[in-house]
Amino acid sequence: MSTDSKPTIFINPAKCIGCRHCEIACAVEHSQSKDLFSAIFEDPLPLPRIHILPMGAYNVPMNCRHCDGAPCVEVCPTGALYHDEQGAVMLAEDKCIGCKMCAIVCPFGIPEFDALNGVMFKCDMCPDRRAEGREPACVEACKTGALQFGTIDEIVSKVRKEKAEQIVKLKEGEVEEEYNGWDLYRSMQTVVIRINEGDSK
Amino acid sequence: MKKNYKEVSIDPTTQQMYERAQEMGIETVWERLEKQQPQCGYGLLGICCRNCMMGPCRINPFGGEPKRGVCGADADTIVARNLLRMIAAGAAAHSDHGRHVALTLLIAAEMAEKFKKEGKPVLELDNMASNTLPYQVRDVEKLKAVAKRLGIETEGRTIREIAKEVAEVALNDFGKQDEEAIAFLKAYLNPKTYEVFEKAGEKAGMPWFENGILPRSIDREIVESLHRTHIGTDHDPVSILLHGLKTSLGDAWGGSLIATELQDILFGTPQVIKAEANLGVLKEDYVNIVVHGHEPVLSEKIVEAAQDPELIELAQKYGAKGINVVGMCCTGLEVLMRHGIPIAGNFLQQEMAIVTGAVEAMVVDVQCIMPATVDVARCFHTKIIDTSPIATFPGAIHIKFDERRADEIAKEIVKTAVENFPNRSKQRVEIPKEKMEGYVGFSVEAILKHFGGTLKPIEDAIIEGKIKGVAGLVGCNNPKVKQDHNHIKIANELMKRDVLLVGTGCWATAAMKYGIFLPEYADTENVGPGLREFAKEWGIPPALNMGSCVDCTRILVLADMVARDLNVPIHALPVVGSAPEAMTEKAVSIGTYFVASGITTHLGVVPPVLGGPKVVKILTHDLYDIVGAAFIVEPDPYKAAKKMYDHIMKKRKELGI
Ligand code: SF4
Ligand code: SF4
Ligand code: SF4
Ligand code: SF4
Repeated sequence: MSTDSKPTIFINPAKCIGCRHCEIACAVEHSQSKDLFSAIFEDPLPLPRIHILPMGAYNVPMNCRHCDGAPCVEVCPTGALYHDEQGAVMLAEDKCIGCKMCAIVCPFGIPEFDALNGVMFKCDMCPDRRAEGREPACVEACKTGALQFGTIDEIVSKVRKEKAEQIVKLKEGEVEEEYNGWDLYRSMQTVVIRINEGDSK
Repeated sequence: MKKNYKEVSIDPTTQQMYERAQEMGIETVWERLEKQQPQCGYGLLGICCRNCMMGPCRINPFGGEPKRGVCGADADTIVARNLLRMIAAGAAAHSDHGRHVALTLLIAAEMAEKFKKEGKPVLELDNMASNTLPYQVRDVEKLKAVAKRLGIETEGRTIREIAKEVAEVALNDFGKQDEEAIAFLKAYLNPKTYEVFEKAGEKAGMPWFENGILPRSIDREIVESLHRTHIGTDHDPVSILLHGLKTSLGDAWGGSLIATELQDILFGTPQVIKAEANLGVLKEDYVNIVVHGHEPVLSEKIVEAAQDPELIELAQKYGAKGINVVGMCCTGLEVLMRHGIPIAGNFLQQEMAIVTGAVEAMVVDVQCIMPATVDVARCFHTKIIDTSPIATFPGAIHIKFDERRADEIAKEIVKTAVENFPNRSKQRVEIPKEKMEGYVGFSVEAILKHFGGTLKPIEDAIIEGKIKGVAGLVGCNNPKVKQDHNHIKIANELMKRDVLLVGTGCWATAAMKYGIFLPEYADTENVGPGLREFAKEWGIPPALNMGSCVDCTRILVLADMVARDLNVPIHALPVVGSAPEAMTEKAVSIGTYFVASGITTHLGVVPPVLGGPKVVKILTHDLYDIVGAAFIVEPDPYKAAKKMYDHIMKKRKELGI
């Protein structure tokens, strides 16, 4: 079995509380100044590459999956999209002709069009940070653990270990109902959604 | 994204106007809520703190890091502090309103004094009335009753003198510096509940709360709330929340009570009267003026000015049949209760009223007025006129109010509206037909009068079991909840179980729109047999409209009287409260003072506290041991009604009835 040294950003909607901190951090990372207080005065304003989508009582963080056999890369007629040495899918703005083919084929609706410059833009997994051995900006900003960064093996083995621990605790009857305010809120929110969508009488 | 109009409201007029707004491309509260999604979970759970510049800090709600703010505050400290700040803001809003009324009474008394000295006509002794005075004592009997409660001498004194002293005692309650409980609380609260307040600190294991949760001064408790929540001050959720109860009691038995009682003195105590509600009260061929906000000090004058023959003539000159003043939110309820002025709607209908295209002016004062009204008004000829020196709306016309020139200013405002009538585009007018009649004006005094000077018939019905108990339904609309849905469902579910309803605020407007304030409503399947029989016997609707949200104090005064009659503290009574569609910080203060006063209260919208498990436990459990009542949080209206009913039955059992 070969191990994959390519990093990935793992999303966990159950832990996303919709604070949109990741969106802000991403925009700041892609600003000229990389400083929040300056970034908000820049022209053009920096844009985030991650979006939080409310889906009923859940929030789903959506950013690039940096696919191995990336359809966007394959379809790009000018070679603007490419895998960098760590496997992240990058976009060379100078080669991009704004044909939007990548957006058409992306299964997740990731590449966006920057009308001002006539080119596409997308998550680049924060190359400057990776070069310094730091986590992507969104992952660092996310304090709830909804976003995790690592190789797929690292993340999956961590998840596997957590599950195994739970199973043992279950067996030994050790798990007490742990208080979780967000789950409590979400269960109530489900009721509200049901009522609002229900019959009007 | 186009939203189904049925999802936003059960009110047909809102549905119709919302569809219209969508067709016209007008953005309303529901689109703005949509654009806010997802709303930040830290805020929803109450676990973000911005109280100092080491922050902002937030806590991981899933138990991982960060567990503490930079200063070391944990989730419970942060949640409790945030909640206390909400209570303080709500109490401040009510109380500042109360202060304004007290100052108006003082000004009225002083002006009468001055006029007297100058030899101008002031009706002597039993009235301060004079055509030249902007404000007068309209209810001398109530003035004397309030004075008597406060221990103010009334014999052989002029109305001016009594009014002045009542105003002074009220104003003193705002800023006094001693440790004694405020005078209004002492004058109104029964000794058994007083004792509960006094002992709350001890019960909570904090004996250094020497006078428990008795508020010492209305302003001081609010200021102390800000002090306690400053970085590095109070960190124990118990003491933070105890002070929250105290602050809210300063609102209940202080600020709000003063507002209600002194407004009754100045403008008359409401008596039972029939009136109409919903957008259908706007009139196609009249100049429509919507008074919106909370303080009747100005709207009373607008109502008067709209009857000015000269202004009516002017309106007719412009082709209108006359001037139609209608209310919105609590200002609307104030003039509804006292004069039967129709009410156009509750909180979520403020934009809808403008969308009719038939409103010449929306005259706003303070609280719950969306700044968006100005934007919606831009799509029509409607003028938004802001009047309070503390509430300015960018893009509105500013005609700021001054009590001393009240008549003049009110006329100017009405004139501005009338002169706007020719700008109305007739083709763009669409007024929904629906409106509903109902009986309003159930002040404590009116209820007493109706029952022959005593509450005994109600008490007997409760003891007999014909009525199981009483529920106080209050509070706002919130676009997170389908408008009026929870208000009406909870009301019906409680009435079905023979619970008599009393209510205020946007709940009351909702109830009125659905016909609940008609005696005939007792014949519907939504009312149980016991309550039906009682309502019919006494010729009342199964639910009583007690006024605006500051008038929640009328519910407290009523509960206090029953507690006195039965010789128990309020928390022993089969009484519950509910804010089914709560939205404001004021609602948080009301909920808290209901609970602190002994009325277990349901909230239909989750307040931002779930991130603090200890805080949740205190609010929903521990408070039973401290003040005898606690919060119930339940978004499902059916389950909520069941829980409230169960609480009533528990209280009945404890009372042995
Ligand atoms: S843009 Fe879409 S297709 Fe391309 S790598 Fe990202 S997720 Fe895959
Ligand atoms: S990895 Fe970087 S570029 Fe991609 S969403 Fe996160 S912050 Fe934005
Ligand atoms: S920072 Fe984390 S929790 Fe917040 S919105 Fe982004 S993914 Fe969700
Ligand atoms: S008071 Fe404490 S928790 Fe609040 S912002 Fe300051 S350091 Fe953070």
